Amino acid sequence: MTDAWQPPGGDQASLRAFLHGLPGVDEVGARGRAAALATRSIKTESKRWAIDMAIAMVDLTTLEGMDTPGKVRALCAKALRPDPSDPTTPSVAAVCVYPDLVGIARASVGQDLHVAAVATAFPSGRSSLDIKLQDTADAVAAGADEIDMVIDRGAFLAGDYATVYEEITAVKSACGDAHLKVILETGELHTLDNVRRASWLAMLAGADFIKTSTGKVTPAATPPVTLVMLEAVRDFERATERRIGVKAAGGIRTSKEAIAYLVLVSETVGDAWLTPDLFRFGASSLLNDLLLQRQRMITGHYSGPDYVTID
Amino acid sequence: MSERLTVRKTHKLFIGGAFPRSESGRTYEVHDATGSFLANMSQASRKDARNAVLAARKAVDGWSAATAYNRGQVLYRIAEIMDGRRDQFATEVAAAEGCSDAEANRQVDLAIDRWVWYAGWADKIAQVLGSANPVAGPFFDFSVPEPTGVVAAVAPQESSLLGLVSVVAPIIVSGNAVLVVPSHDRPIPAISLAEVLATSDVPDGVVNILTGDATEMMPWLAAHADVNALDLTGMEPGEGATTTEREAAGTIKRVMRPAPDIDWSADPGIARIRFFVETKTVWHPMGT
Amino acid sequence: MVFEYAPAPESRSIVSIAPEYGLFIDGGFTAPVDDQLFTTTNPATEEVLSRVSEAREHDVDRAVAAARRAFEQTWGPMPGAERAKYLYRIARLIQERSRELAVLETLDNGKPIKETRDVDLPLVAAHFFYHAGWADKLEHAGYGPSPRPLGVAGQIIPWNFPLLMLAWKVAPALACGNTVVLKAAETTPLTALAFAEICQQADLPPGVVNILTGAGDTGRMLVEHPGTDKIAFTGSTDVGRSIMRAVAGTDKRLTLELGGKGANVVFDDAPIDETVEGIVSGIFFNQGHVCCAGSRLLLQESVADEVVERLKERLSTLRLGDPLDKNTDIGAINSAEQLARIDELAKSGEEENAERWSSPCPLPDRGWWFPPTIFTGVTQAHRIAREEIFGPVLSVLTFRTPDEAVAKANNTPFGLSAGIWTEKGSRILWMAQRMRAGVVWANTFNRFDPTSPFGGYKESGFGREGGIQGLGAYLATEVAR
Repeated sequence: MTDAWQPPGGDQASLRAFLHGLPGVDEVGARGRAAALATRSIKTESKRWAIDMAIAMVDLTTLEGMDTPGKVRALCAKALRPDPSDPTTPSVAAVCVYPDLVGIARASVGQDLHVAAVATAFPSGRSSLDIKLQDTADAVAAGADEIDMVIDRGAFLAGDYATVYEEITAVKSACGDAHLKVILETGELHTLDNVRRASWLAMLAGADFIKTSTGKVTPAATPPVTLVMLEAVRDFERATERRIGVKAAGGIRTSKEAIAYLVLVSETVGDAWLTPDLFRFGASSLLNDLLLQRQRMITGHYSGPDYVTID
Repeated sequence: MSERLTVRKTHKLFIGGAFPRSESGRTYEVHDATGSFLANMSQASRKDARNAVLAARKAVDGWSAATAYNRGQVLYRIAEIMDGRRDQFATEVAAAEGCSDAEANRQVDLAIDRWVWYAGWADKIAQVLGSANPVAGPFFDFSVPEPTGVVAAVAPQESSLLGLVSVVAPIIVSGNAVLVVPSHDRPIPAISLAEVLATSDVPDGVVNILTGDATEMMPWLAAHADVNALDLTGMEPGEGATTTEREAAGTIKRVMRPAPDIDWSADPGIARIRFFVETKTVWHPMGT
Repeated sequence: MVFEYAPAPESRSIVSIAPEYGLFIDGGFTAPVDDQLFTTTNPATEEVLSRVSEAREHDVDRAVAAARRAFEQTWGPMPGAERAKYLYRIARLIQERSRELAVLETLDNGKPIKETRDVDLPLVAAHFFYHAGWADKLEHAGYGPSPRPLGVAGQIIPWNFPLLMLAWKVAPALACGNTVVLKAAETTPLTALAFAEICQQADLPPGVVNILTGAGDTGRMLVEHPGTDKIAFTGSTDVGRSIMRAVAGTDKRLTLELGGKGANVVFDDAPIDETVEGIVSGIFFNQGHVCCAGSRLLLQESVADEVVERLKERLSTLRLGDPLDKNTDIGAINSAEQLARIDELAKSGEEENAERWSSPCPLPDRGWWFPPTIFTGVTQAHRIAREEIFGPVLSVLTFRTPDEAVAKANNTPFGLSAGIWTEKGSRILWMAQRMRAGVVWANTFNRFDPTSPFGGYKESGFGREGGIQGLGAYLATEVAR
């Protein structure tokens, strides 16, 4: 890719030609690379830094049918002060809620945190474009400054790339100033070739972030999937000089896993991506494990579940 | 009434499908078992051997790329053509080896049947010597036998036809090309075999026959970098064979050592086929 | 930026190295004799690790005699099922002591602990497990109804995978009913001596395995000894030639696993990220001290610049340094002699006007090191495209068509390994069929498994190690009679 790189047009033929022209991904090789990076071991002081960074990268999430204003307020309190016993603990990056709870969340966090809303008929994404756009506009109007949309996997798998592209561009414009995270739902794309193509499609259509999963489909985020998305982001920057963020969401529960993801980021796209502006974890239980590890590193002994708050 | 004078055959070399005389112009006398003169044989020189290597090298790509089914039919065709000339072979074997007509006939039958036996091996070698390897990982891994390439061979000295066929057939069945030095003192059936090969479907250069002195040619062929393997079965064990093997070390050739006491009428097994193939192992990941 | 990898050294305390070692003959260690001792050194620090014994003629005699006795009296007559159980025992003992052996190997060889821990040792145990199962099933292996062992096997192994090469030699030999006299490499004797202890722990009958240390002279005595029935050698093609000359005219069976100059062929439709990883593992795995290394990179011209650029970026992230550090990707060069040879060939590349690029990684002050290096603008005529460097030096050439790729890949007297990178299945099979190499890795590289036969075409040697085909190296066949 050179200075002369031109993005493909948004029509079906151009998108198809471009996406099908991307290099393939050998699944076994990609898995091997991700596994090899997971064996890296980092310095103690780096680990402290990495844990704080991981905390600051968390989109603290609740996406349940049983979510209530009370639950969201509690989540927001935790997001602002993850460890009440230690004010040096950083806040998380954002809270992530359903659109109807955005107002509650915004009122709770003020302007101190980002509020992300899962718009566009989350998690299946199966409704008309008008409804998805309305969903997005509502969330933005209620105070969301980040929108996590899901792509139409059916259209993607049917090869109807133009539909996916147009939907993303439409949602992007409905977002206004809000940042757009495009969820690929990689667990439903099944192949790493599809992950690479969907990553490029989302970036071409204007995504600010590409995100692995809704958290409602297994498998959610995995190291190989994240590796391939990071490679796409790296190559996209090379072509366009634009930096796109990556959000690994769902299934990441331990500090050890989170740090392994940071290694993946560092060795694939470089340390410039080690910032909440460019890498996020979509998680809920991960935060408490990060806090337990943080306490252990500060006090020198293992902490216990009663020493971190439940939300 | 005077007896008709027979028309004698001029015995020449067999190189690249043609029957040249030795470029050296040399010949040597061959006698039957009772000592009577049979013929003057061409005595191949190093230069003839070099030409035979060139012919074999030229032939080996096509022959090894032919389907196994095709190679099997070509070998079977040799048996068919030989069978039509069995009386001639029997006469020549009897003269060469000094055996009874019955024994000569048995030798010829065994030789013909040996071609048939090896013909059937052509499309089974890969299944018997190859494998699918259950490696501990997400890979498909298989091994296939492939011909070594150009083989220089010395046929047995005693068994003039059956021994020769038993050396040549397992070399070529897998796709190798061969240049073979037949029995020094009993070469006439080899030349008749060359005529059979020339009129069957064997591509030119797959089998080349060099009558003459193996101890003259083999150390030189052993050092020839375009020869991949040596079959010294018919070579006298001792200094000549040892020198040859030592020379072969220069290019790490596969060397089958001299084996003077083989019973060629016994079941040959597949050891000879195995000796002149290489195992190639191929790995590929299995993923989506 | 404070995100850095820790020095995460594997603890050395798990190994105990004696100051001196004797030879392992007939089930016991000989007492070290002062004038026979030579040192073995940690190539990463130049620290002397121990002194080991150079086996002389009478030692070789004793070892071969012990092996002969064991062959005739215990191991040869033993039912296969019993031999199998000994091999299973050895496999388990290796697993139990695998961390210790990995650390010891890294100390003595200089290769990263990541590799000894994750590659060498698991494969060593796997080789014994695989071959253990063959010991009582040989009649099903296609070598006739009652295949017989050859007798006493003299085995000589190299320094690049010391314990793994021992396993490749010893496991099939014992499974087939042979006894063994093995000579470890001069610069890496320690894991072989640890293996001798494992044989003791397994109660292996005396003489079944004998371990000698020493240099080329010891190896030559073993090759020329009238009591060895079989010689198996892994090492350089030059030494292979001299061994072949030495056994000429004898009844000894011979297998040789020699050098290579593997071509790694990349087409423009290759899965690019995994290809870059494969190129890296192809030549920089084990510092390039790999006979089957993909040391010639053949790039299709249409992607050559892009691949080289990505490769350089990737190489800049490789971590060179303390082999015991779990984060180390590139360890030390095994010896000063080897470093000199790599240096000399790299200089020849510069003199022949190939363009040199070396990773900017810092090199430690002590020990023997060479940075990952790429030469571009290399042609078939360059020495660095023809001679085996056996170091972390990659020669990059280009091609235009599949036919040209095959022609260039095969244009070498060697024929050990080859690589193919393309997403097109039919092209993989077409290429794999035409490459004259014993192992062809398609869309992967440097994979090994005990079930998978390994060995060369042409001057890379003959005979196979591993798999059902590898058993043939240790069984009598009718041709050998």
